[in-house]
Amino acid sequence: MTVTQEPTRVIGQRLLRREDPALLTGEAKFTNDLPVTGALHLAVLRSPYAHARITSVDVSGALAVPGVRAAYSGADLSDQWGGPMPCAWPVTDDMKNPAHYPLATSKACYAGDGVACVLADSAIAARDALEAITVQYEPLEPVLDLEDALSDRVVIHDDLGTNTSYTWNLLVEDHDGAVDEAFAAAAHTVSERYIQQRLIPMAMEPRAVLAMPQPFGGDMTLYSTTQIPHILKVMVALTLGIPEHQMRVIAPSVGGGFGSKLNVYAEELLCVALARKHGVPVRWNEDRSENAMATIHGRGQVQRIELAADADGKLTAIRVRLIGDMGAYLQLVTPGIPLLGAFLYAGVYDLPKAYDFSCTSVFTTMTPTDAYRGAGRPEATFAIERAMDSLAAKIGVDPLELRRRNFIAVEKYPYEAYSGLVYDSGNHDGAATKAAEMLGYDELRARQGTQNANGSNKRLGIGVTSYFEMCGLAPSRVLASLNYSAGGWEAATVRVLPTSKVQVVTGSAPHGQGHETAWSMIVADKMGISPDDVDVLHSDTAIAPLGLDTYGSRSLPVGGVAIAMACDKVIDKAKQIAAHQLEASADDLEYAGGEFSVRGSPDKTMPLAAIAFEAFTAHNLPDGLEPNLEAQVTYDPPNFSWPFGTHMCAVEVDTETGQVDVLKYVAVDDCGVQVNPLIVDGQVHGGVVQGIGQALFEEAVYDTDGNLKTSTLAEYLVPAASDVPPIATGHTVTPSPTNQLGVKGIGEAGTIGAASTIINAVVDALSGLGVHDVPMPASPHNVWTAINAARANASGNNTIANNNNIGGSQ
Amino acid sequence: MRHDGFSVYLLDEPGGPKVEISVTVNGVSHTSDVEPRTLLVHYVREHLGLTGTNIGCDTSSCGACTLHLDGEAVKSCTVLAVQADGHDITTIEGMAAADGTLHPMQQAFMENHGLQCGYCTPGMVMAATSLLLENPNPTEHDVRIGLEGNLCRCTGYHNIVLSVLAAAAN
Repeated sequence: MTVTQEPTRVIGQRLLRREDPALLTGEAKFTNDLPVTGALHLAVLRSPYAHARITSVDVSGALAVPGVRAAYSGADLSDQWGGPMPCAWPVTDDMKNPAHYPLATSKACYAGDGVACVLADSAIAARDALEAITVQYEPLEPVLDLEDALSDRVVIHDDLGTNTSYTWNLLVEDHDGAVDEAFAAAAHTVSERYIQQRLIPMAMEPRAVLAMPQPFGGDMTLYSTTQIPHILKVMVALTLGIPEHQMRVIAPSVGGGFGSKLNVYAEELLCVALARKHGVPVRWNEDRSENAMATIHGRGQVQRIELAADADGKLTAIRVRLIGDMGAYLQLVTPGIPLLGAFLYAGVYDLPKAYDFSCTSVFTTMTPTDAYRGAGRPEATFAIERAMDSLAAKIGVDPLELRRRNFIAVEKYPYEAYSGLVYDSGNHDGAATKAAEMLGYDELRARQGTQNANGSNKRLGIGVTSYFEMCGLAPSRVLASLNYSAGGWEAATVRVLPTSKVQVVTGSAPHGQGHETAWSMIVADKMGISPDDVDVLHSDTAIAPLGLDTYGSRSLPVGGVAIAMACDKVIDKAKQIAAHQLEASADDLEYAGGEFSVRGSPDKTMPLAAIAFEAFTAHNLPDGLEPNLEAQVTYDPPNFSWPFGTHMCAVEVDTETGQVDVLKYVAVDDCGVQVNPLIVDGQVHGGVVQGIGQALFEEAVYDTDGNLKTSTLAEYLVPAASDVPPIATGHTVTPSPTNQLGVKGIGEAGTIGAASTIINAVVDALSGLGVHDVPMPASPHNVWTAINAARANASGNNTIANNNNIGGSQ
Repeated sequence: MRHDGFSVYLLDEPGGPKVEISVTVNGVSHTSDVEPRTLLVHYVREHLGLTGTNIGCDTSSCGACTLHLDGEAVKSCTVLAVQADGHDITTIEGMAAADGTLHPMQQAFMENHGLQCGYCTPGMVMAATSLLLENPNPTEHDVRIGLEGNLCRCTGYHNIVLSVLAAAAN
């Protein structure tokens, strides 16, 4: 398939977002803003223990609190559930998946696990009443370390008999033993261990749920701040035994997600079940501390990566061993997250068939993990890009030069990788060259030599990352091969109204990405009309009944392409009407600028507006043609989309304080054809800062008892404006050959590229001091500790150097 | 058990002593009876239905609830409604002109793509407007320091900073 040859007029423009006026004026309604009278408020009592047997729950005290209407233990509600909470990604046939219900009954498995709940007239009465519930716990040992979890010293889910959920392997060898042979024959090898710390997504809008029953009509409407109204509808219907056709899910304005609202949560099921039980609306608003504890976490991996290379530094084999932290239970796609990275540990490099990946995932007594921006791919990119720097250091070549030696050459595209996946298009050297120019790579290297050699306490470091993002989830058959329970298609309807205004119905539900603006631009170009004449409907399963929602940078390369295809179908139908009316052959008609014309007879034209009205009146349509002008398309992509790019940064590290200052950050991202470059840049800015957050600031910290210490925004360091630099964005444009728009995704690219870029720079700054690695987050304390450990090591002293050595001789 | 259907969504515990306050909000006078413990953010959201002011945390860290009290930005989760008695409040709903023209700061955010999901945006606009009243010609650094009490998870702040600088230039 080739990229459309039609001249585009709107695609590519930095069109301002139509979403903005409502959001800027307070007019937009988030779930918590919906005015509903007569709703009962849900509050959830959460386990204060990371791991404890529940010996009794007495809710009678809560019932005595004024305003309280009901209170329930987990056991009280056991008749509400048709089955346990869903996990849609059983990655192996023998994966262990503990039964997980909205309220725990026999055991609490993390601090924050729900054990009882209250319904009251006000949120504050419900919250107050939680204190009147008596729960007897028998505390058990927490399991907080992944290697400790693997040992089964303490087993969390008794019936499983082990903490190991699954082991998933991807061994690709040209012949048996190819990986071992490559390592044995390698001129250079590196073996590195990295910790992907747990992160808390912290979308600015905490979760909010409102369930509206229709006790006599029978329907149930669930408002939720979710990324996935369609998937949620199916899962709630199945889990609660509600007939799916009577279940409607609406995602009003959604205040960010980043994967954390790609789930089916206990509170959503509780609100619907209790609304059904009581016959009145039930709502729940999460506070920030609950959000930190009871909304999924991201990352959480121990990574071992080994590279084998020849004398020139060309990669000959890669071996990866992961331990994945599932947390206490498997949420919607928890077990699949490491797999989304499994195909990316060779990055953008030309690797022979010698790839050995294995992931073992374990339960711990911490908040369940799941998708967080990038979901498996930032972890993979971090490991290969950090290891490439280690390899470069070992060989003694510049990190950028080592990458250039290994890039998949542009002429090899489309490129069938060792894994069998086909990378659609790429120009890695092009992106790297542009990034190096934007950063001033050569000048900075020269300055670094001078600055770091003179014993300055402000050491300069340069970081490089070249990445691939496997996104646009996803070809349904590939998902099937990975045991994912759903497909990866997306649905779109394009409807030309009688007055020729256009409605687009998309199954991709946005939460800040600007779908309304971008989709209207696609339709404007395809149909030759103004984007102002296009409205985009979404996020309500009664209005947009088909869809698979927004995650994995899929909206444009799957949902946007579906819209373009639906436009093609509408134009095809309009052409039949035009041919009939103009008494011409459809083959002789051309469509441009919103009207059909007959080739060779420029005066014979018919505008779309006239065709739309003809389709509506149906007075004079071709025989057999249905009235109205609309088309629906369900598009299953033939491939993932493969955005790529190079990020670079310069940092200055203060060796006395451990403070890292990012002097300059450059992101060159290639997402193929850009529909709206303004939105593309915004996605990159935000993504990069989330990656910088992981690199420098963020970590979910548990104490030794398993309590989350970073449960507020005072303790969990979401970067502030003053913490981060401006982000210089640049782009190359290598269209995807797999879809008619030539587009790829961009939602996660920034995050995928950023963390290793920063840490590579920090280590680069300190390598002259003997520092080989710095753990994330590279906080002043962690950096300072790494510097002092290296100095102690260099002086033959194995203990951490005392404070007197800070800032001493280099 | 069947709910009686009479209660409304209030964060006040019913039945406690109430205090009468008079405030002007977006140019309109209101006299209300509130619980002494009612926070200003809950007052504007629950009593007045002005839900543009958002709640993003419980530690006064995020700034989503920023509004103007006598023209100055305050985090309305740190002010009691009774403390606003006799004062003038502007929320995000009061920023655009009566004819629908966006406030210059709102317009600057729109033109510079200074928002994505929009949840932090009302607080960000209110804080930024107040910042420019204090410092009409800020540097980029001044803007970043001035807005450090307002968190955004979507934009990486890049375009928020550009928005504020653009508003200052106008």
